[in-house]
Amino acid sequence: MDFFLEVLIGGLLAGVMYSLVAIGFVLIYKASGVFNFAQGAMVLFAALTFVSLGERGVPFWIAFLVTLGAMLLLALAVERLVLRPLVNRSPITLFMATLGLAYITEGAAQALWGAQVHGLDLGIEDIPLDLGGLLVSQFDLFAAGMATTLVLVLSVLFNKTRIGLSLRAVADDTLAAQAVGIRLSRIWVVVWAVAGLVALITGLLWGARLGVQFSLSLVVLKALPVLIIGGFSSVGGAIVGGLIVGASEKLAEIYAGPLIGSGIENWFPYVLAMLFLLVRPTGLFGERSIDRV
Amino acid sequence: MLYSEAGQFSTRYAADRRLFRLRQDRLGLGLLLVFAFAVVPQVGNDYWFSAILTPFLVLSLAGLGLNLLTGYAGQLSLGSAAFMAAGAFATYNFQLRIEGLPLLASFALGGAVAALLSLVFGLPSLRIKGFYLIVSTLAAQFLVPWALVKYGWFSNYNASGVISAPRLDIFGLDLSSPAGRYVLTLGVVVALAFLARNIVRSELGRNWMAVRDMDTAAAVIGIPLARTKLLAFAISGFYLGVAGALWAFTYLGTVEPHGFDLNRSFQVLFIIIIGGMGSILGNFLGAAFIVLFPLLLSNLAGLLPGGLIDPGQLENIQKMIFGALIIVFLIREPEGLARLWQQFRARLRRWPLRY
Amino acid sequence: MNLFPPPLLELSHISLSFKGVKAITDISFAVARGEICALIGPNGAGKSSLLNVINGVYQAQEGQIRFDGEVRRHMRPHHAAERGMARSFQNLALFKGMTVLDNVLTGRNLKRRSSWIEQALGIGRAPREDDEQRRRAEEVIEFLNIQSWRQSLVGTLPYGLQKRVELARALAAEPKLLLLDEPMAGMNAAEKKEMSRFIVDINREFGTTVVLIEHDIGVVMGISSHVVVLDYGRKIGDGPPEEVRANPEVIAAYLGTRH
Repeated sequence: MDFFLEVLIGGLLAGVMYSLVAIGFVLIYKASGVFNFAQGAMVLFAALTFVSLGERGVPFWIAFLVTLGAMLLLALAVERLVLRPLVNRSPITLFMATLGLAYITEGAAQALWGAQVHGLDLGIEDIPLDLGGLLVSQFDLFAAGMATTLVLVLSVLFNKTRIGLSLRAVADDTLAAQAVGIRLSRIWVVVWAVAGLVALITGLLWGARLGVQFSLSLVVLKALPVLIIGGFSSVGGAIVGGLIVGASEKLAEIYAGPLIGSGIENWFPYVLAMLFLLVRPTGLFGERSIDRV
Repeated sequence: MLYSEAGQFSTRYAADRRLFRLRQDRLGLGLLLVFAFAVVPQVGNDYWFSAILTPFLVLSLAGLGLNLLTGYAGQLSLGSAAFMAAGAFATYNFQLRIEGLPLLASFALGGAVAALLSLVFGLPSLRIKGFYLIVSTLAAQFLVPWALVKYGWFSNYNASGVISAPRLDIFGLDLSSPAGRYVLTLGVVVALAFLARNIVRSELGRNWMAVRDMDTAAAVIGIPLARTKLLAFAISGFYLGVAGALWAFTYLGTVEPHGFDLNRSFQVLFIIIIGGMGSILGNFLGAAFIVLFPLLLSNLAGLLPGGLIDPGQLENIQKMIFGALIIVFLIREPEGLARLWQQFRARLRRWPLRY
Repeated sequence: MNLFPPPLLELSHISLSFKGVKAITDISFAVARGEICALIGPNGAGKSSLLNVINGVYQAQEGQIRFDGEVRRHMRPHHAAERGMARSFQNLALFKGMTVLDNVLTGRNLKRRSSWIEQALGIGRAPREDDEQRRRAEEVIEFLNIQSWRQSLVGTLPYGLQKRVELARALAAEPKLLLLDEPMAGMNAAEKKEMSRFIVDINREFGTTVVLIEHDIGVVMGISSHVVVLDYGRKIGDGPPEEVRANPEVIAAYLGTRH
């Protein structure tokens, strides 16, 4: 039983990490309807930039701020050069454009900072803590804590501030939002900047866990099942979805692995999402949209 | 002037429906095929066959398979490589385990297996549309290579998991030489391309495009959505399966899951974006680009003063340029190189007049 | 002996609501075979919704539909098409990526017997059927006078022509009942005249029963033999045009005066 709980908790905490990535997606999707495949590349870029600055002796907080600035520039460039020209096209087209973006960002990040794995030290040691007889990773707890804080801050931002109101208006109906005087480009910049911040924090946490390397951008693909299960349009859904994916993936690996082969966690979330699609296409918290003819 | 339609009228519907209506088109295509089949094997060198022409043909076929599903029927898929892998391994196993089975039959059976697999992973398309669907093909993309590696039966319990492709024997001819492989690939690809062109101009092709353009209206006028979508997945799977088998048998010479990863799926997707979605010719143009572009780039880099760009950097630059090209094509010419070709042809029809 | 043939379409006590909002309340009327029936009423009266219920795009919560002798509460649009209903849409539902000819040909998809394999290989029933379908499609194209645009991409055509192509696609299915949702929306007087003439010709030459939603009272009076008036989801008028026009409730609904 203890072992089961440990695996479960480990899975849940890993799930929190997935949620972080998914939240980045949800933000951009809520405000612009675009599934930003480049989120993974942005995470990688943020992590690499931060780490390379650190390796050159730049202190933590300055590196953080500089990276944040770089992410903002990246966001601006993306909005101006990619999103605006494609503003009325189908979601599939936009998705493919963000795919292209991912390639550019990956290529640029590796060209600038090199392709070897960098270690990332956040000063938190990955030692197991003993909580009532269960071993839990200290780092995982820290990550969970950071994620929760982030979500709380974002919730306050969305629901209580004026800019949050504008964001929600834009997500609902861009034309109507413009009609009441909301500057679309400004909103999108804010959205992408926030997404950039989330990407940075995600990059730091993931990078500390896995090491900063190329495959980081593939981790983001896992966010897709998270979003399918939790629904694309809510941050809460991203969290729940992430927890479900993290827990089920670990449990499947440990318990079904010996039966059918190891490495299940690579595909299990996708198959789970696929089954979800067959049964409940809008996810647990997503909204139904009515097709009017 | 040379390319004008003047004087060519179809007097029967069947003539109007012909694959290549203009006499000049038929002539041009005929010459091209003669050149490809008869002349090239004589004059080409091994490098060109093995490293350029054969992969170009196989990737065109793969692009064609994806194009049928995504370009014509509007169902986005990121699992192309998984179905190629299925086709490759299925073909290998059929060849291995059934005595005396002709190679072409193995290809067809391998394609059939891939078609079935594609159909299964296409089932969610009956419930949702749009790009959430990619999760389904992504599931295939991760599940299939995993299964092929985990279960040794697929690679005949070969220790390294890499198996070499058997001899290429068609009607008693040994086609194992680079030129022979090229001709085999050419034959299969040309036949399947003609078939594809027939399909997209038939009722099924129209139904696919109707589902792509407005599936609610398609349902209202009586088009069977489920059958239409599933046929798209199945036929696309078949083409990808055969492409995978060719990739393993005539290009690489080995059958391994490694080359059929997510990057390969992206590559096939890029072929149809750059080449043109909803076009048959576009796949050839896109594949040519994908195959030739890296060569062009490294040759250009070679021209620069020595050591300015090292090979590792080259790969990164290539990645960046690819990504940029995707975006440029999506913005400026969403119908890809095929559209540019069509515009060129239209100018040719009016030449030497300007309008 | 039955002097009056049964109506082609009969609605009985149809009610439709969306999430608690009643769009249509207890509507019953009948459409005789071969007539042109106009469905009129102020905006938001539920006319498009009613059309959608008739051909199965929406499912009514109450009531039933009798079409050509068959009684249904619900039917799927595919089934409606098979039974002989065709329609056009208010906001144009053409396949923008295909040519005019291809769009019209899709209208004939239910008339096909050959399988996709036969068509792909050009064998069996396919070649003759291809010719036959093309011939029929051309008849419709000629009837509606859109020959010069048959190879044009529908998305590139002006609005009025697109409306005609949509009508052609519906007509190509050789329907018993043609449902037209504002076929003349956005047209000028000359275009309306032309479209009216087409509709009347279709009705006379092919005997097709027509139900159309229309705002222009002049058109309604000119071409229809039966008018049904809706307001706020209820039927407030039902009969020949002159009778309905004189109905005080109908006048009040349009002028907005209410007691």
